[in-house]
Amino acid sequence: MLLQVASNFVEGVDKAFFVIMGIGVFFLVGLTTLMLVFVFKYNKKKHPVALQIKEKTYLEVIWTVIPLIIVGFMFYYGYVAFMPMREAPKDALQITAVGKMWEWNFIYANGKESKKLVVPFNKAVNLKLVSLDVVHSLYIPAYRIKEDVVKGEPDFMWFIPSQKGRFDIFCAEYCGLRHSYMSSEVEVIDEAKFNLWLSIIEKKSNKEEFPGFLVLKNNACTGCHSLDGSRLVGPSFKGLYGRDEVVLTNDAERNQKVDDAYIKNSILNPDADVVKGFNKGLMKSYQTVLKEEEIQQIIEYFKTPDEK
Amino acid sequence: MEISAIENSYLKHGTKYKGILGWLTSTDHKRIGLMYMYAIMIFFLVGGLLGGLMRLELFRPGQDYITAQTYNAVFTVHGVIMIFLVVIPGLAAVFGNILMPIMIGARDVAFPKLNLFSFYIYIFGAILAISSQFLGKGAPDTGWTFYAPYSTDTNTNVVAAVLAAFVLGFSSILTGLNFIVTIHRMRAPGMTWFKMPLFPWSLYATAWIQLLATPIVGITLLMIIAERWFKIGFFDPNLGGDPILFQHLFWIYSHPAVYIMILPAMGVITEIIPTFSQKRVFGYKAIVFSSVAIAAVGYLVWGHHMYTAGMSVTARWFFSLLTFIVAVPSAIKVFNWISTMYKGSINLQPPFFFTMAFIFNFMIGGLTGLVLGSLATDIHVHDTAFVVAHFHYIIFGGMGFAFLAAIHYWFPKIYGRMYNNKLANTSCALIFGGFTLLYFPQFIIGLQGMPRRYFDYLPKYEWGQVFSFFGAIVLGIGILIMLINLFKSARKGKIASSNPWGGKTLEWTIASPPTVENFEEIPIITEGPYEYK
Repeated sequence: MLLQVASNFVEGVDKAFFVIMGIGVFFLVGLTTLMLVFVFKYNKKKHPVALQIKEKTYLEVIWTVIPLIIVGFMFYYGYVAFMPMREAPKDALQITAVGKMWEWNFIYANGKESKKLVVPFNKAVNLKLVSLDVVHSLYIPAYRIKEDVVKGEPDFMWFIPSQKGRFDIFCAEYCGLRHSYMSSEVEVIDEAKFNLWLSIIEKKSNKEEFPGFLVLKNNACTGCHSLDGSRLVGPSFKGLYGRDEVVLTNDAERNQKVDDAYIKNSILNPDADVVKGFNKGLMKSYQTVLKEEEIQQIIEYFKTPDEK
Repeated sequence: MEISAIENSYLKHGTKYKGILGWLTSTDHKRIGLMYMYAIMIFFLVGGLLGGLMRLELFRPGQDYITAQTYNAVFTVHGVIMIFLVVIPGLAAVFGNILMPIMIGARDVAFPKLNLFSFYIYIFGAILAISSQFLGKGAPDTGWTFYAPYSTDTNTNVVAAVLAAFVLGFSSILTGLNFIVTIHRMRAPGMTWFKMPLFPWSLYATAWIQLLATPIVGITLLMIIAERWFKIGFFDPNLGGDPILFQHLFWIYSHPAVYIMILPAMGVITEIIPTFSQKRVFGYKAIVFSSVAIAAVGYLVWGHHMYTAGMSVTARWFFSLLTFIVAVPSAIKVFNWISTMYKGSINLQPPFFFTMAFIFNFMIGGLTGLVLGSLATDIHVHDTAFVVAHFHYIIFGGMGFAFLAAIHYWFPKIYGRMYNNKLANTSCALIFGGFTLLYFPQFIIGLQGMPRRYFDYLPKYEWGQVFSFFGAIVLGIGILIMLINLFKSARKGKIASSNPWGGKTLEWTIASPPTVENFEEIPIITEGPYEYK
């Protein structure tokens, strides 16, 4: 089998696919063969004089009506398999899926947050889709489902996992620089294991409760600047404050200690002093986005040392 | 004596100016058509090289040759160049200009000066599009679809690219207007609507789409600029706008735009098959009505680009139903083409090989389009490599192959010379083989879930990308051989007769290449265009 079969929708979707492609391949092979037969049989060498044939209206009618009936069938199979996707059961497990540049975050009813979508086996799950910035699209190929995640227009998707294991989640709607890295996975486990997993809420570090941290998160800053020291599009936020950096100012290298003024200027004029080894032109100015107060909160957050 | 045909032709006589200036100031529809052709070929090569660069980067997973930002800019520029500079003007501006007036028995289009003006708008738009890559804060990285709010938010040079598409729209509108008036007013005496050849018919249907649909995308693009510059909230939810509104407005134009590309292609194919089969076209009226039906219903199916965008369920199934209905006229055309070959006397020349490749590709493109039109299956393959493959099968495999068929068909008429048949057949085989190897694997990895516009991908999709890369190389070699053959033959090829293929339409009754005035005397039409005896 070409594809994984892992949700309640797979059967209907794959059936529609086989019906459409089956008819399609039949016509493709049939018409191509017919064309090749004509080309050989009525080749100029064998058939030097063309026979002018009268048009036959009944033929035209037949090959208008039959395709109409066939596409009617195709429409029907697609319709029948699709409609259940838009009717989620009322008692489905509610999870909010938040898309932002460029990561997924799954928030459960009890407040637990996870980067992975962990769900119980064989239970209906309803995802509320929320975007914090541009249009994303949540796509689980093994489940045959996909729905766009649009800011200001909450939408949903639902499914029943029919197989335990891990399955890819992709972002399918182009969303910028790290679009192809905006992936995650669904992990399907037994209900008992799931309930245990759900009940453990890792306490957020104090640092994550700073208002400045929320500002960074809500503006998707952490999509490009990691919190754990790994290199993404821009320099990591880990241990940022007080760090000595080599920056390029008007193409000239100089040393710069990261202080209040540097952070603020980097938010307002990102291309002014770019840390060596990173590229200009990738970050926009947040002049019109962030208030002065929020910038101060960000600086406060950076000033606080990491917990051990 | 035959050499004098070239000496007396539009190629040598134009305006009072000589040399290049004589071309740049010419209002002769044939010269304008040729200038479009050279410009489009250059842009096609640029767009093709960018496509090759993407294939090179995707050859292996991970970052190899270019960064993610560059990759995103490359697929945006590839799309903008190929869509707005190559395939939308494509057949209509080149072969529509060169041949449509001749085929209806006219000396030129209705507004020759406007025609030249359209060409300069096109060049101006093209310069804007190219310069958007170099000016400002980096090449646009939105994809050719400019989806909001990313396009109203990104730092890159979106305004210039959007403005280019806006300007190019005017060129398209004016060409459409010109063709509509020409076809209404300038048909030769006796040429009633149903005695008109089918390529002009397809251009007529296309021209209405150009005229009516293009203004919508024009205003939409202006709205993006207004949002970026003046912070007027049309699409950005942060300003109170609606991102889905952009998608509706964009596809109201951009779906009919697909028919702007494919209808003239169907028209070309409908000219070539009767000529090389020496047979009357089967179902003339059915082909006419299917062109008109495609143009009309094609307006109403834009929502099938948005099944996953959160439209109401009713809207989704209704758009799906209409999409299936618009598939039928395309199927009718295929049946008519193949029936035209039945009991003909088929002359297997390069244009006919390209035509056969077109029919095969177009069937694959059309049938996979049904997978995308169906609700349940589209949800799975939407925004994956499957869509990329389907789209290229229609646009390149369809419109592109029709363009190549058209060049090889009308080449002796345009230049008065003949190309090397063997080389033309070799290039056709290589282009078809390379094309198939390049795009067919994308259907399969798309079904496996490979999303489109991905700079990097999971190793399970690597096999398809490797096949595609080698396909791209074969395709490139094929195109190179074809171009060398055509360029050499345009200057030094054997002199062609005025009707080398035994065609019946009016362009084959005049000298190859035509004189500036096309006809010494305007012919009087008494019978249909394909009256083979």
